[in-house]
Amino acid sequence: MSERTRDLRSAVRRWPGAFGHFWWEFLIGDTPELFVGAVAVVGFVAVLCLWPGLRTVAAYVAPVLVSLVLAASVAVAARRTP
Amino acid sequence: MLLATTTPTGAVVLGVAVFLASAVEMVEALTIVLAVGVTRGWRSALEGVAVALLVLAALVAAFGPALVHWVPLSALRLVVGALLLVFGLQWLRKAILRAAGLKAKHDEDAIYAEHVAELAGGPEPASGRDATAFTVAFKGVFLEGLEVVVIVITLGTTSHRLGLAAAAAGAAAIVVCAVGLVVHRQLSGVPENAMKMGVGLMLVSFGTFWSAEGVHVVWPGSELAIPVLVAWYGLVAWLLVAALGRRGAGYRAARATAAGGPAHV
Repeated sequence: MSERTRDLRSAVRRWPGAFGHFWWEFLIGDTPELFVGAVAVVGFVAVLCLWPGLRTVAAYVAPVLVSLVLAASVAVAARRTP
Repeated sequence: MLLATTTPTGAVVLGVAVFLASAVEMVEALTIVLAVGVTRGWRSALEGVAVALLVLAALVAAFGPALVHWVPLSALRLVVGALLLVFGLQWLRKAILRAAGLKAKHDEDAIYAEHVAELAGGPEPASGRDATAFTVAFKGVFLEGLEVVVIVITLGTTSHRLGLAAAAAGAAAIVVCAVGLVVHRQLSGVPENAMKMGVGLMLVSFGTFWSAEGVHVVWPGSELAIPVLVAWYGLVAWLLVAALGRRGAGYRAARATAAGGPAHV
Protein backbone atom coordinates (compact mmCIF):
# COMPACT_ATOMS: atom_id res chain seq x y z
CA MET A 1 0.00 0.00 0.00
CA SER A 2 1.46 3.36 -1.00
CA GLU A 3 2.01 6.09 1.59
CA ARG A 4 -0.49 8.33 -0.20
CA THR A 5 -3.24 5.64 0.05
CA ARG A 6 -2.44 5.11 3.72
CA ASP A 7 -2.68 8.86 4.39
CA LEU A 8 -6.00 9.01 2.56
CA ARG A 9 -7.42 6.08 4.56
CA SER A 10 -6.24 7.62 7.79
CA ALA A 11 -7.87 10.93 6.84
CA VAL A 12 -11.15 9.16 5.95
CA ARG A 13 -11.07 7.32 9.31
CA ARG A 14 -10.56 10.62 11.16
CA TRP A 15 -13.54 12.35 9.48
CA PRO A 16 -16.38 10.83 11.58
CA GLY A 17 -14.51 11.69 14.77
CA ALA A 18 -13.87 15.24 13.59
CA PHE A 19 -17.52 15.57 12.50
CA GLY A 20 -18.74 14.36 15.90
CA HIS A 21 -16.28 16.65 17.66
CA PHE A 22 -17.58 19.65 15.66
CA TRP A 23 -21.20 18.97 16.66
CA TRP A 24 -20.23 18.28 20.30
CA GLU A 25 -18.39 21.62 20.49
CA PHE A 26 -21.17 23.35 18.55
CA LEU A 27 -24.03 22.17 20.76
CA ILE A 28 -22.53 21.33 24.14
CA GLY A 29 -18.94 22.57 24.52
CA ASP A 30 -18.29 23.92 28.01
CA THR A 31 -21.96 24.71 28.73
CA PRO A 32 -23.81 21.37 28.93
CA GLU A 33 -26.38 23.02 31.24
CA LEU A 34 -27.65 25.14 28.33
CA PHE A 35 -28.17 22.08 26.12
CA VAL A 36 -29.91 20.11 28.88
CA GLY A 37 -31.95 23.18 29.94
CA ALA A 38 -33.11 23.97 26.39
CA VAL A 39 -34.12 20.35 25.72
CA ALA A 40 -35.94 20.23 29.08
CA VAL A 41 -37.85 23.46 28.31
CA VAL A 42 -38.92 22.21 24.86
CA GLY A 43 -39.95 18.87 26.42
CA PHE A 44 -42.00 20.58 29.17
CA VAL A 45 -43.70 22.87 26.64
CA ALA A 46 -44.48 19.83 24.45
CA VAL A 47 -46.16 18.14 27.44
CA LEU A 48 -48.21 21.31 28.15
CA CYS A 49 -49.36 21.31 24.52
CA LEU A 50 -50.93 17.86 24.94
CA TRP A 51 -53.86 19.83 26.43
CA PRO A 52 -55.17 22.12 23.65
CA GLY A 53 -56.40 24.64 26.23
CA LEU A 54 -52.83 25.22 27.45
CA ARG A 55 -51.26 25.91 24.03
CA THR A 56 -51.52 29.69 24.43
CA VAL A 57 -50.38 29.51 28.07
CA ALA A 58 -47.29 27.63 26.84
CA ALA A 59 -46.40 30.66 24.68
CA TYR A 60 -45.92 32.69 27.87
CA VAL A 61 -44.28 29.88 29.85
CA ALA A 62 -41.58 29.05 27.24
CA PRO A 63 -39.71 32.41 27.22
CA VAL A 64 -39.82 32.58 31.04
CA LEU A 65 -38.31 29.09 31.36
CA VAL A 66 -35.65 29.85 28.72
CA SER A 67 -34.76 33.03 30.65
CA LEU A 68 -34.40 31.01 33.86
CA VAL A 69 -32.04 28.55 32.12
CA LEU A 70 -29.94 31.48 30.85
CA ALA A 71 -29.89 33.19 34.26
CA ALA A 72 -28.87 29.95 35.99
CA SER A 73 -26.00 29.36 33.53
CA VAL A 74 -24.78 32.97 33.87
CA ALA A 75 -24.98 32.72 37.68
CA VAL A 76 -22.93 29.51 37.68
CA ALA A 77 -20.29 31.15 35.43
CA ALA A 78 -20.18 34.25 37.67
CA ARG A 79 -19.73 32.10 40.78
CA ARG A 80 -16.84 30.22 39.08
CA THR A 81 -15.06 33.49 38.25
CA PRO A 82 -12.38 34.13 40.88
CA MET B 1 -50.47 28.73 11.16
CA LEU B 2 -48.78 31.40 9.05
CA LEU B 3 -45.12 31.06 8.17
CA ALA B 4 -42.81 32.85 10.55
CA THR B 5 -41.54 35.33 8.00
CA THR B 6 -44.55 36.04 5.82
CA THR B 7 -44.65 39.60 7.15
CA PRO B 8 -42.00 42.25 6.39
CA THR B 9 -41.20 42.33 10.13
CA GLY B 10 -40.34 38.63 10.15
CA ALA B 11 -38.24 38.95 7.00
CA VAL B 12 -36.33 41.94 8.39
CA VAL B 13 -35.61 40.17 11.69
CA LEU B 14 -34.48 37.07 9.79
CA GLY B 15 -32.24 39.11 7.46
CA VAL B 16 -30.67 41.08 10.33
CA ALA B 17 -30.08 37.90 12.38
CA VAL B 18 -28.31 36.11 9.50
CA PHE B 19 -26.35 39.25 8.54
CA LEU B 20 -25.02 39.86 12.07
CA ALA B 21 -24.26 36.20 12.81
CA SER B 22 -22.44 35.84 9.49
CA ALA B 23 -20.52 39.09 10.00
CA VAL B 24 -19.24 38.00 13.43
CA GLU B 25 -18.00 34.64 12.09
CA MET B 26 -16.50 36.31 9.02
CA VAL B 27 -14.52 38.81 11.12
CA GLU B 28 -12.94 35.82 12.88
CA ALA B 29 -12.15 34.14 9.53
CA LEU B 30 -10.77 37.42 8.14
CA THR B 31 -8.37 37.70 11.10
CA ILE B 32 -6.88 34.32 10.18
CA VAL B 33 -6.72 35.02 6.43
CA LEU B 34 -5.05 38.41 6.97
CA ALA B 35 -2.47 36.83 9.27
CA VAL B 36 -1.74 34.08 6.71
CA GLY B 37 -1.62 36.47 3.74
CA VAL B 38 0.66 39.01 5.40
CA THR B 39 3.00 36.36 6.84
CA ARG B 40 3.13 33.65 4.17
CA GLY B 41 1.99 35.39 0.97
CA TRP B 42 -1.42 35.97 -0.57
CA ARG B 43 -1.52 33.42 -3.40
CA SER B 44 -1.83 30.22 -1.35
CA ALA B 45 -3.93 31.99 1.30
CA LEU B 46 -6.48 33.13 -1.30
CA GLU B 47 -6.48 29.66 -2.90
CA GLY B 48 -7.35 28.20 0.51
CA VAL B 49 -10.16 30.76 0.91
CA ALA B 50 -11.54 30.01 -2.56
CA VAL B 51 -11.59 26.23 -2.03
CA ALA B 52 -13.24 26.62 1.40
CA LEU B 53 -15.93 28.90 -0.08
CA LEU B 54 -16.62 26.39 -2.87
CA VAL B 55 -17.05 23.54 -0.35
CA LEU B 56 -19.36 25.69 1.82
CA ALA B 57 -21.46 26.72 -1.19
CA ALA B 58 -21.79 23.04 -2.17
CA LEU B 59 -22.99 22.21 1.38
CA VAL B 60 -25.70 24.91 1.23
CA ALA B 61 -26.80 23.78 -2.25
CA ALA B 62 -26.90 20.12 -1.20
CA PHE B 63 -28.58 20.33 2.21
CA GLY B 64 -30.76 23.46 1.95
CA PRO B 65 -33.28 22.36 -0.71
CA ALA B 66 -33.12 18.72 0.50
CA LEU B 67 -34.25 19.76 4.00
CA VAL B 68 -37.13 21.83 2.61
CA HIS B 69 -38.39 19.05 0.34
CA TRP B 70 -37.99 15.96 2.49
CA VAL B 71 -38.49 16.99 6.12
CA PRO B 72 -42.01 17.91 7.43
CA LEU B 73 -42.19 21.57 8.45
CA SER B 74 -43.25 20.96 12.08
CA ALA B 75 -40.39 18.46 12.63
CA LEU B 76 -37.95 20.85 10.93
CA ARG B 77 -39.08 23.71 13.18
CA LEU B 78 -38.83 21.61 16.34
CA VAL B 79 -35.29 20.37 15.61
CA VAL B 80 -34.01 23.62 14.09
CA GLY B 81 -35.68 25.70 16.81
CA ALA B 82 -34.05 23.64 19.56
CA LEU B 83 -30.70 23.89 17.73
CA LEU B 84 -30.99 27.68 17.43
CA LEU B 85 -32.10 27.95 21.05
CA VAL B 86 -29.00 26.13 22.32
CA PHE B 87 -26.69 27.99 19.94
CA GLY B 88 -28.27 31.36 20.75
CA LEU B 89 -28.11 30.77 24.51
CA GLN B 90 -24.38 30.07 24.21
CA TRP B 91 -23.81 33.36 22.34
CA LEU B 92 -26.01 35.35 24.71
CA ARG B 93 -24.37 33.89 27.83
CA LYS B 94 -20.88 34.82 26.57
CA ALA B 95 -22.01 38.32 25.53
CA ILE B 96 -23.62 38.92 28.96
CA LEU B 97 -20.49 37.77 30.81
CA ARG B 98 -18.32 39.99 28.58
CA ALA B 99 -20.63 43.01 28.96
CA ALA B 100 -20.57 42.52 32.76
CA GLY B 101 -16.76 42.37 32.69
CA LEU B 102 -16.61 38.78 33.95
CA LYS B 103 -15.02 37.46 30.76
CA ALA B 104 -12.25 38.98 28.66
CA LYS B 105 -13.46 40.51 25.40
CA HIS B 106 -12.58 38.84 22.09
CA ASP B 107 -9.43 40.72 21.02
CA GLU B 108 -8.99 40.22 17.27
CA ASP B 109 -5.73 42.22 17.29
CA ALA B 110 -4.20 39.87 19.88
CA ILE B 111 -5.44 36.82 17.94
CA TYR B 112 -3.98 38.30 14.73
CA ALA B 113 -0.58 38.84 16.41
CA GLU B 114 -0.67 35.28 17.78
CA HIS B 115 -1.36 33.80 14.32
CA VAL B 116 1.38 35.93 12.73
CA ALA B 117 3.93 34.77 15.33
CA GLU B 118 2.97 31.11 14.80
CA LEU B 119 3.02 31.28 11.00
CA ALA B 120 6.29 33.22 10.79
CA GLY B 121 8.03 30.36 12.60
CA GLY B 122 6.75 27.68 10.17
CA PRO B 123 8.84 26.06 7.42
CA GLU B 124 9.34 27.96 4.16
CA PRO B 125 7.61 26.42 1.08
CA ALA B 126 9.84 24.27 -1.13
CA SER B 127 8.05 25.23 -4.37
CA GLY B 128 5.51 27.85 -5.51
CA ARG B 129 2.51 26.72 -3.40
CA ASP B 130 2.68 27.17 0.39
CA ALA B 131 0.86 24.20 1.97
CA THR B 132 0.84 25.79 5.43
CA ALA B 133 -0.75 29.01 4.15
CA PHE B 134 -3.32 27.08 2.09
CA THR B 135 -4.26 24.74 4.97
CA VAL B 136 -4.51 27.44 7.66
CA ALA B 137 -6.57 29.75 5.41
CA PHE B 138 -8.81 26.85 4.30
CA LYS B 139 -9.41 25.64 7.87
CA GLY B 140 -10.08 29.15 9.17
CA VAL B 141 -12.62 30.00 6.48
CA PHE B 142 -14.19 26.51 6.43
CA LEU B 143 -14.69 26.15 10.20
CA GLU B 144 -15.99 29.71 10.74
CA GLY B 145 -18.00 29.39 7.52
CA LEU B 146 -19.56 26.12 8.67
CA GLU B 147 -21.26 28.01 11.50
CA VAL B 148 -22.55 30.52 8.94
CA VAL B 149 -23.82 27.62 6.79
CA VAL B 150 -25.66 26.08 9.76
CA ILE B 151 -27.30 29.44 10.53
CA VAL B 152 -28.21 30.12 6.88
CA ILE B 153 -29.64 26.63 6.34
CA THR B 154 -31.56 26.46 9.63
CA LEU B 155 -33.00 29.99 9.55
CA GLY B 156 -33.51 29.91 5.77
CA THR B 157 -35.21 26.55 5.43
CA THR B 158 -37.42 26.86 8.51
CA SER B 159 -38.84 30.16 7.29
CA HIS B 160 -38.87 29.02 3.63
CA ARG B 161 -36.60 31.98 2.82
CA LEU B 162 -33.30 30.30 2.00
CA GLY B 163 -32.63 32.90 -0.72
CA LEU B 164 -33.03 35.80 1.71
CA ALA B 165 -30.81 34.10 4.32
CA ALA B 166 -28.11 33.37 1.71
CA ALA B 167 -28.31 36.96 0.42
CA ALA B 168 -27.92 38.33 3.97
CA ALA B 169 -24.84 36.14 4.49
CA GLY B 170 -23.46 37.28 1.12
CA ALA B 171 -24.02 40.93 2.07
CA ALA B 172 -22.19 40.30 5.36
CA ALA B 173 -19.26 38.82 3.41
CA ILE B 174 -19.06 41.91 1.19
CA VAL B 175 -19.29 44.33 4.13
CA VAL B 176 -16.71 42.45 6.23
CA CYS B 177 -14.27 42.22 3.28
CA ALA B 178 -14.72 45.94 2.54
CA VAL B 179 -14.21 46.85 6.20
CA GLY B 180 -11.25 44.45 6.33
CA LEU B 181 -9.59 46.26 3.42
CA VAL B 182 -10.06 49.61 5.17
CA VAL B 183 -9.21 48.80 8.78
CA HIS B 184 -6.77 46.02 7.85
CA ARG B 185 -4.92 45.33 11.10
CA GLN B 186 -7.34 47.10 13.43
CA LEU B 187 -10.05 44.47 13.62
CA SER B 188 -10.50 45.19 17.32
CA GLY B 189 -12.39 48.30 16.16
CA VAL B 190 -15.31 46.06 15.15
CA PRO B 191 -17.89 46.09 18.01
CA GLU B 192 -17.93 42.30 18.17
CA ASN B 193 -19.47 41.89 21.62
CA ALA B 194 -22.40 44.18 20.81
CA MET B 195 -22.96 42.24 17.58
CA LYS B 196 -22.79 38.93 19.45
CA MET B 197 -25.32 40.21 21.97
CA GLY B 198 -27.68 41.15 19.13
CA VAL B 199 -27.22 37.84 17.35
CA GLY B 200 -27.70 35.89 20.59
CA LEU B 201 -30.97 37.73 21.26
CA MET B 202 -32.28 36.98 17.78
CA LEU B 203 -31.18 33.35 17.70
CA VAL B 204 -32.76 32.69 21.13
CA SER B 205 -35.96 34.44 19.98
CA PHE B 206 -36.18 32.48 16.70
CA GLY B 207 -35.23 29.30 18.57
CA THR B 208 -37.97 29.79 21.18
CA PHE B 209 -40.56 30.66 18.51
CA TRP B 210 -39.85 27.77 16.17
CA SER B 211 -39.21 25.03 18.72
CA ALA B 212 -42.49 26.01 20.41
CA GLU B 213 -44.32 26.06 17.06
CA GLY B 214 -42.90 22.60 16.39
CA VAL B 215 -44.77 21.30 19.46
CA HIS B 216 -47.96 23.24 18.50
CA VAL B 217 -47.76 26.23 20.83
CA VAL B 218 -50.23 28.95 19.76
CA TRP B 219 -48.37 32.30 19.70
CA PRO B 220 -50.54 35.38 20.36
CA GLY B 221 -50.11 37.62 17.29
CA SER B 222 -48.51 34.75 15.35
CA GLU B 223 -45.14 35.85 13.87
CA LEU B 224 -45.40 39.28 15.50
CA ALA B 225 -44.39 37.45 18.67
CA ILE B 226 -40.78 37.33 17.38
CA PRO B 227 -39.96 41.05 17.95
CA VAL B 228 -41.71 40.79 21.34
CA LEU B 229 -39.45 37.84 22.21
CA VAL B 230 -36.36 39.85 21.11
CA ALA B 231 -37.45 42.69 23.43
CA TRP B 232 -38.15 40.29 26.33
CA TYR B 233 -34.77 38.57 26.07
CA GLY B 234 -33.11 41.97 25.66
CA LEU B 235 -34.64 43.05 28.97
CA VAL B 236 -33.51 39.81 30.64
CA ALA B 237 -29.95 40.28 29.28
CA TRP B 238 -29.88 43.90 30.49
CA LEU B 239 -31.05 42.88 33.96
CA LEU B 240 -28.41 40.13 34.14
CA VAL B 241 -25.62 42.51 33.05
CA ALA B 242 -26.79 45.09 35.61
CA ALA B 243 -26.97 42.48 38.37
CA LEU B 244 -23.47 41.22 37.60
CA GLY B 245 -21.98 44.70 37.07
CA ARG B 246 -20.60 45.18 40.58
CA ARG B 247 -19.01 41.74 40.64
CA GLY B 248 -17.54 42.40 37.19
CA ALA B 249 -15.97 45.67 38.37
CA GLY B 250 -14.18 43.79 41.15
CA TYR B 251 -12.98 41.15 38.66
CA ARG B 252 -11.69 43.81 36.23
CA ALA B 253 -9.84 45.61 39.03
CA ALA B 254 -8.23 42.35 40.19
CA ARG B 255 -7.21 41.51 36.61
CA ALA B 256 -5.74 44.98 36.07
CA THR B 257 -3.83 44.81 39.35
CA ALA B 258 -2.40 41.42 38.38
CA ALA B 259 -1.34 42.86 35.01
CA GLY B 260 0.22 45.89 36.71
CA GLY B 261 -2.11 48.39 35.01
CA PRO B 262 -4.79 50.81 36.20
CA ALA B 263 -7.97 49.42 37.73
CA HIS B 264 -10.33 51.11 35.25
CA VAL B 265 -9.97 48.72 32.26
